[in-house]
Amino acid sequence: MAAHTQPGRPNQLFRNLNSKIASIPMMLTAVVIFLGGTIWTVVYSFTNSKLLPRLSFVGLEQYERLWDTPRWIVSIQNLATYGCLSLIFSLTIGFLLAALMDQKIRFENTFRTIFLYPFALSFIVTGLVWQWILNPEFGVQSVIRSLGWTSFAFDPLYNSDIVIYGILIAALWQGTGLVMCLMLAGLRGIDEDIWKAARVDGIPMWKTYLFIIIPMMRPVFVTTLVIIASGIVRIYDLVVAQTSGGPGIASDVPAKYVYDYMFFAQNLGQGFAASTMMLLAVAIIIVPWAYLEFGGRKRG
Amino acid sequence: MLNNVSTRTQSSVSIRELSLSFGSVKVLENLNLDIHDGEFLVLLGSSGCGKSTLLNCIAGLLEPTEGQIFIKDKNVTWEEPKDRGIGMVFQSYALYPQMTVEKNLSFGLRVAKVPRDEIDRRVARASGILQIEPLLKRKPSELSGGQRQRVAIGRALVRDVDVFLFDEPLSNLDAKLRSELRVEIKRLHQALKNTMIYVTHDQIEALTLADRIAIMKSGVIQQLDDPVTIYNRPRNRFVAGFIGSPSMNFLKGELAEEGDHTVFKTNGVSFSLDGYDASEPLKPGRQVILGARPEHIKVDGDITGGEIHEAVVDIEEPMGADNLLWLKHAGHVMSVRIGGARRYAVGAKVRLAFDMSMASLFDAGTEERI
Amino acid sequence: MDKSLTMPISGAAISGPAGSRLEAGPQGKRPRKVLSSRNVIVYGALGLAALYYLLPLYVMVVTSLKGMPEIRLGNIFSPPMEITFEPWVKAWAQACTGLNCDGLSRGFWNSVRITVPSVIVSIAIASVNGYALANWRFKGSEIFFTILIVGAFIPYQVMIYPIVIVLREMGLYGTLYGLILVHSIFGMPIQTLLFRNYFVSLPEELFKAARIDGAGFWQIYLRIMLPMSLPIFVVSMILQTTGIWNDFLFGVVFTRPDTYPMTVQLNNIVNSVQGVKEYNVNMAATLLTGAVPLIVYFVSGRLFVRGIAAGAVKG
Repeated sequence: MAAHTQPGRPNQLFRNLNSKIASIPMMLTAVVIFLGGTIWTVVYSFTNSKLLPRLSFVGLEQYERLWDTPRWIVSIQNLATYGCLSLIFSLTIGFLLAALMDQKIRFENTFRTIFLYPFALSFIVTGLVWQWILNPEFGVQSVIRSLGWTSFAFDPLYNSDIVIYGILIAALWQGTGLVMCLMLAGLRGIDEDIWKAARVDGIPMWKTYLFIIIPMMRPVFVTTLVIIASGIVRIYDLVVAQTSGGPGIASDVPAKYVYDYMFFAQNLGQGFAASTMMLLAVAIIIVPWAYLEFGGRKRG
Repeated sequence: MLNNVSTRTQSSVSIRELSLSFGSVKVLENLNLDIHDGEFLVLLGSSGCGKSTLLNCIAGLLEPTEGQIFIKDKNVTWEEPKDRGIGMVFQSYALYPQMTVEKNLSFGLRVAKVPRDEIDRRVARASGILQIEPLLKRKPSELSGGQRQRVAIGRALVRDVDVFLFDEPLSNLDAKLRSELRVEIKRLHQALKNTMIYVTHDQIEALTLADRIAIMKSGVIQQLDDPVTIYNRPRNRFVAGFIGSPSMNFLKGELAEEGDHTVFKTNGVSFSLDGYDASEPLKPGRQVILGARPEHIKVDGDITGGEIHEAVVDIEEPMGADNLLWLKHAGHVMSVRIGGARRYAVGAKVRLAFDMSMASLFDAGTEERI
Repeated sequence: MDKSLTMPISGAAISGPAGSRLEAGPQGKRPRKVLSSRNVIVYGALGLAALYYLLPLYVMVVTSLKGMPEIRLGNIFSPPMEITFEPWVKAWAQACTGLNCDGLSRGFWNSVRITVPSVIVSIAIASVNGYALANWRFKGSEIFFTILIVGAFIPYQVMIYPIVIVLREMGLYGTLYGLILVHSIFGMPIQTLLFRNYFVSLPEELFKAARIDGAGFWQIYLRIMLPMSLPIFVVSMILQTTGIWNDFLFGVVFTRPDTYPMTVQLNNIVNSVQGVKEYNVNMAATLLTGAVPLIVYFVSGRLFVRGIAAGAVKG
């Protein structure tokens, strides 16, 4: 073959040529879109691009303006509240469900199917269903009032103080099935002998979970945490469908802020700056994890 | 007779008419077993024979479908594992990975609210016996396989119990460590004099450790005896073939009358059975299997007496201390163990003689010992 | 007849007290109450949770089968007194988005035209990529792969605008082809990972034997790897079909109103501000949009679970 024209080492470029040709889509995606696109956005976040991207640098001006915008502050607060609660609840509920499922129960497949089906549905469908269920005129609130508790009030979609909890309920409904599945896989991966040893030692079940099983499942928890967290930062469709960011801007989130500024407000610079902040948030989650996960593996 | 069992020697663990089935699959069937106080009993068998299942039943980790289990004359059939007075060592060690060795040893005691100084005393004693004091502050991931298994034994030790259960404890170790820890377990038994029930598929472990071996197959105990008896007087063909490496030679044939002697006849060649200790009269015409271990067939210079046959060397396998000869005779190929220094050429003619006092005869139909 | 009489007697003699070693007291299985506190807690908690998860589906179905007058009177949980399929017909064929009043059917067919080619293209690319990464590593291949995986965590908002520019330059912005390309790009990390891990798990000797037999890159892929990887193709198809069907963001950014996928059209129908809200039509439309992924989910069963576990745990 062509590689053998030179005596000694074959030309490096032509080694595995087919493999390299086959990998072109991957290389293009990785370098042009993921790496190039990200750098492009970060660079243009330092410009005052309005309707069209222009390379006129204004330093940190866009960021200063961003953090002076009340709507952005609301988005960030919403994301923080929603993110923390979502992490806590989905990990707790997911683990509890998985632990219950792990009790050698009957109908395990049925329960699993029920817990996981919302995960197959889109956020749009999820948001619209819960918009309907939480509708104050016809939904949960009115049903409970009609049962006799007339002062009962739960209308998160119309009350800006609690609207984010309405979104949380819907998000948990959609996503905890996945967490349960990951946790269950983790529980099933634990050596049967550990349970036997704990029984011989006379350790009650809840203590076995708390002091032995959960510490053993640390990698599963970390992976799940990273998956949930990177999903939280992206939350967009659910808010659009359930509340459209309302009432007012009360349920706005960063992803929606970015979209609106890029495609409606014709203020690209703001959109780029806001999306760079989202990138930063993800980096804060991913970098330590990747360091622990892959840095540790090399040493081990 | 039954009363004798409970009064004569106090049995430490008594398994009575135990059966266990998962759905329609019977794993253990009407199993009876009495283990004496201070005895080292090995449950031996290939995988799936029910030996581990039986051990788990004794530990209380599995519920039998029928039957009773007594430990120290107390009916523990429905007791929780922790209340049975047992300690258990697992194949995969099953150490709690996030706890130090010391915490691994003491965790069960702390949960049981044993006083602090008592815990310290027991941990110190166990770690002293097993020589793991320098490891107490380490985590299991920082230990070697042998050290981990020692800690696992320590965890059973601190429970201060009468009965130790071992579930293939050495299977995860390499050959060298296995033989080291085997000796240590034997030493431990001699020092503690506890009842120990030990599950393994390794016949060397069984033969070296056991006071008595129970060989199991498909949920039934095939033979329960001391190692020497099991080795030399296997009760059926399965036991004979399972124990011993290389395996016992089996020759299929029939009993015949020759003069006033009963002989074993195969492919027209007859072997004198003089010296064989039969448990029932040897009736001519009966289809039987003659079993002889490689070291119980004598060759050339080793022959001290008995009937001489002539055979041809088929293959020679030198194994260092021993030399294994595969000889062709009477339409069979049989292995013979000779000294490592004696070598034969392929095709050479040798004289051989069976040591019938050490041979076994099995009925060809039932495969039971005659 | 005789036997049936003697059998129980002989049976009793064997297991009778004379021959038995059993003593009085516990024997066999420990008796368990069906309503033990453990069972009540475990099944009670699971049942309650199942109720919470099933409730929205139930509400959707029930609402979509009621007429508007009944909805205004009753509560959302009560079953319909009079079942009507009119909301379904209306949602499918008549519901309005902006000026178009031809219902969700338009969005449905758009989604089909987006999903089918996207799934095929993305799986074709990802399976070859995964195969190259698993069996034909070259200098730098792992670096590209790492960028790809890290890229999966970057919020889409960061990369959307550059892609808009690239597609505009290529003349694909606003077309279905553009959206198909976008789906193939963003499906690549997880899909490549899925295939790479699968091919790595196949015995390497197989690959080596094929190379010694003289097979090349494509021959080994087509003749040896493909026939062995049917399950992973199915898993990957399930993941991609539900994922692409459920997409909203890319649909809304990269298509025009007449090519909107179903999710976008659904959102526009339900959240449109004009006119009287027809909740029954909305719920029928929502169910219609959720039907495809739901059917995929219920049919695929454990494969779906395997897909998300494989994609998520290592991702």
